[in-house]
Amino acid sequence: MDAVTAAPALVSLRAVGKTFPNGLVALADYDLDVREGETLTLLGPSGCGKSTALRLIAGLANPTAGSIDWSAPHIKNNIGFVFQDATLLPWANVFDNVFLPLRLGGLTREAASPRVNEALAHVGLLDFSHALPRELSGGMRMRCAIARALVTRPALILMDEPFAALDEVTRFKLNDDLLALKRRLGATIVFVTHSVFEAAYLSSRIVVMSRRGGAIIDEISIDPAIPRNDDYRSSKTFADTCRRGSQALRVALEQATP
Amino acid sequence: MSGRRQTIRWRDIGVPLAVFLAALALWEGLVRWKNIPPYILPAPSVIFDKLIEDRELLFSSLMATLGVTFEALVVATVCGVALALLIAQSKWLERALLPFAITLQVTPIIAIAPLLLVYMRPDNAVLVCAFLVAFFPILSNTSLGLASVDFGLRDLFDLYHASPWQKLIYLRLPSALPQFLAGLRIGGGLALIGAIVAELAAGASGEGSGLAYRIVEAGFRLDIPRMFAALALISLSGLAIYGALAALSHVLLRRWHESARAREE
Repeated sequence: MDAVTAAPALVSLRAVGKTFPNGLVALADYDLDVREGETLTLLGPSGCGKSTALRLIAGLANPTAGSIDWSAPHIKNNIGFVFQDATLLPWANVFDNVFLPLRLGGLTREAASPRVNEALAHVGLLDFSHALPRELSGGMRMRCAIARALVTRPALILMDEPFAALDEVTRFKLNDDLLALKRRLGATIVFVTHSVFEAAYLSSRIVVMSRRGGAIIDEISIDPAIPRNDDYRSSKTFADTCRRGSQALRVALEQATP
Repeated sequence: MSGRRQTIRWRDIGVPLAVFLAALALWEGLVRWKNIPPYILPAPSVIFDKLIEDRELLFSSLMATLGVTFEALVVATVCGVALALLIAQSKWLERALLPFAITLQVTPIIAIAPLLLVYMRPDNAVLVCAFLVAFFPILSNTSLGLASVDFGLRDLFDLYHASPWQKLIYLRLPSALPQFLAGLRIGGGLALIGAIVAELAAGASGEGSGLAYRIVEAGFRLDIPRMFAALALISLSGLAIYGALAALSHVLLRRWHESARAREE
């Protein structure tokens, strides 16, 4: 058992269910611990309830059954969220987009400025603070969204397939940047993806979910001490993790097929 | 790049202008060739002479009509946005108020104007008519804009526990701006139409200051060139109102909204 798996749970989902008004069961009797300091990836086919689990943790939706328990209530009120789309205000420049969470929290522009600039520096966008979202590339927009999630210095960052719409080169670069940020800031990350390779590269733990109410098919731990770089991508550990993740995904898809 | 932009601008302005001038030339030639008397169809040159000759009278009428149009548009904007905000707050308010707004919209203003003239002073009736036609497009477009906020952005504001006021100021109003401005463009043209219709309905019973009254008065006197001159001023006013509101929309949206960007590129 490594340091991360031994760490206390930041948030625990217990017997959580989520049924939508149209009768669709997204999650049923779902248990999950998010442990302090880990990069946990929820991996699964489309419609398996990964994003629903993330929205429940963020408080953007309420469970229809079960409970969500927090180790400390203040963590719940300061969560960073990166959506699948960058979800930026199109009329506001990069600075104002990153400033938004602090503005909503009651900070003035002057008071917030050092923190906004710090977050922009973390993602390499300091020179683009006056640019509008439409003037940025897809990767830069996503960096802006990440800076916005970081600006409140959250203990927990939730990321819902943030790099799914990006090309592979940009995706690899952002994967490395995210790992560097993680090392620097130490936040707990819950990452949703349906890419086995991305999950194997980023995570310290992967939870593979099926379409049957989010049932957990497999749970794969990866030593977080292993450096994540090009060597890791060609290592046996990476290949084994991908193989095991792919097998679990196959089972998840077979379970979903009537 | 700038050459291409210049070509586009020349094509956008030059082509319709050339067609317009050709139509005027054809009209002028036809009237002269067939010796059509001015009380049947005046030539453009005669209308232009009339514009110059009656400039004081027509200009004061133009100012009166534009004054009513502008007042009506301001009131329609304030009331339309205020009601759209109310409707956006509650489905109950929407159910209660929207049918009245729709009823006013679908009832032809020409049918309402005589009734308003019974109950109000003519200048107030003209103002109310112009207001009624300009109000609905501003209300419906602003309502649509307020209801069309991106779901991801709504989630974002919920995540950071934004108050209803913060959501309104930082999210819903800016999101609704393009639709509001589209409604304002339509409302601006309609306010002028409403004012003209009401002035026509008021006719001789009106105070006789607006352009439509000049048309009615010139009709009684068979002064057809003055009718055309007043009509030309109304058309030019409509174009100017639309142009001014389109320019305002472009200035406010050009940096970020797709509709304005498409025009730039």
